[in-house]
Amino acid sequence: MGVMKRVTMVFRAKANRALDRMEDPRETLDYSYQTQLELLQKVRRGVADVATSRKRVELQLNQLQQNSDKLDRQARDSLAAGREDLAREALTRKAGVQSQLDDLQQQYASLQSEEEKLSQASQRLQSKVDAFRTRKETIKATYTAAEAQTRINEAFTGISEEMGDVGMAIQRAEDKTAQMKARAGAIDELMASGALDDMVSGPHDDIQAELDRMGAGHGVDHELERMKAEIAQSAPRQIEGAAPASSDGATAQSASSAPAADPAQAGEPE
Amino acid sequence: MIVRILGEGQLELPASAAPELNQLDAALEAAVDRNDEEAFRPALAALLARVREVGSPAPPGDLRPSELIIPQPDASMAEVRKLLTDEGLIPG
Repeated sequence: MGVMKRVTMVFRAKANRALDRMEDPRETLDYSYQTQLELLQKVRRGVADVATSRKRVELQLNQLQQNSDKLDRQARDSLAAGREDLAREALTRKAGVQSQLDDLQQQYASLQSEEEKLSQASQRLQSKVDAFRTRKETIKATYTAAEAQTRINEAFTGISEEMGDVGMAIQRAEDKTAQMKARAGAIDELMASGALDDMVSGPHDDIQAELDRMGAGHGVDHELERMKAEIAQSAPRQIEGAAPASSDGATAQSASSAPAADPAQAGEPE
Repeated sequence: MIVRILGEGQLELPASAAPELNQLDAALEAAVDRNDEEAFRPALAALLARVREVGSPAPPGDLRPSELIIPQPDASMAEVRKLLTDEGLIPG
């Protein structure tokens, strides 16, 4: 018979069972309309739920991206400082963060598509519900209960099919968001417990500490070198510098104050 | 003829498309019956592709029930099987 026909029959059978339960066909219309409005509410809540999950994953993505960028910087700094061992450690941690990132990106895309599908389903259902409301009023105003039956059956079967479809779409979205929530919760917990921080940068960011230490060390060395060079050059320069300073009045004064410092500096080597 | 793709809505198709769709559907059904995962995915994709090719979206406020209903594109074989036995539908 084919899959399509069989699925259609299942949908029809469900609508027929619901119709059979109704005693007054026109009551069916009002009752069904209520159910439709409830389903519309439900699908809108579904869209909002998926959006919330998506935003949460988005925040986590940003956070992990920052961590990854930081580790990348640290690896570069380490290499620049000639510390390949530190760079390797930073890159190893970055790879760990990256695999979390890849996983989250997939989840994000999946939630985005689920949100889009549900939001479209919500619009489709809205159109059908609007059409049903109009049809319902027409049927109630125009036909006797007996005459109305066929028309009610058709409208009801049509809307019931849409509702069945939307109902399943909500179910699928709920299942997906439940999975994502569990995983997002696990990552939040990791972040809160500091375990992910450990993975990113060690308990106290040992890579950064090492870089800072080296950075500070280098800073002091550089400063010392610079000062030594200055001192070594300052004596001959100031002596030579005193002569051309007389060419203008302003520097003549500063030049005259310079020799005062000279004896102290000159005295140091002795 | 109105055909529904689950999760996507209804399409209006010329009645002349029916024989070809039935043929594609037969391949899909055979795959499901044989529990043949490898044949299932392409069979569903082929059916959907053809329906999208010859169909155009039905008017949004159309209350006519569909003549044929096709499972959602990412449906697993287990999900399709449920659709055939009423399990896939939410009660109520």
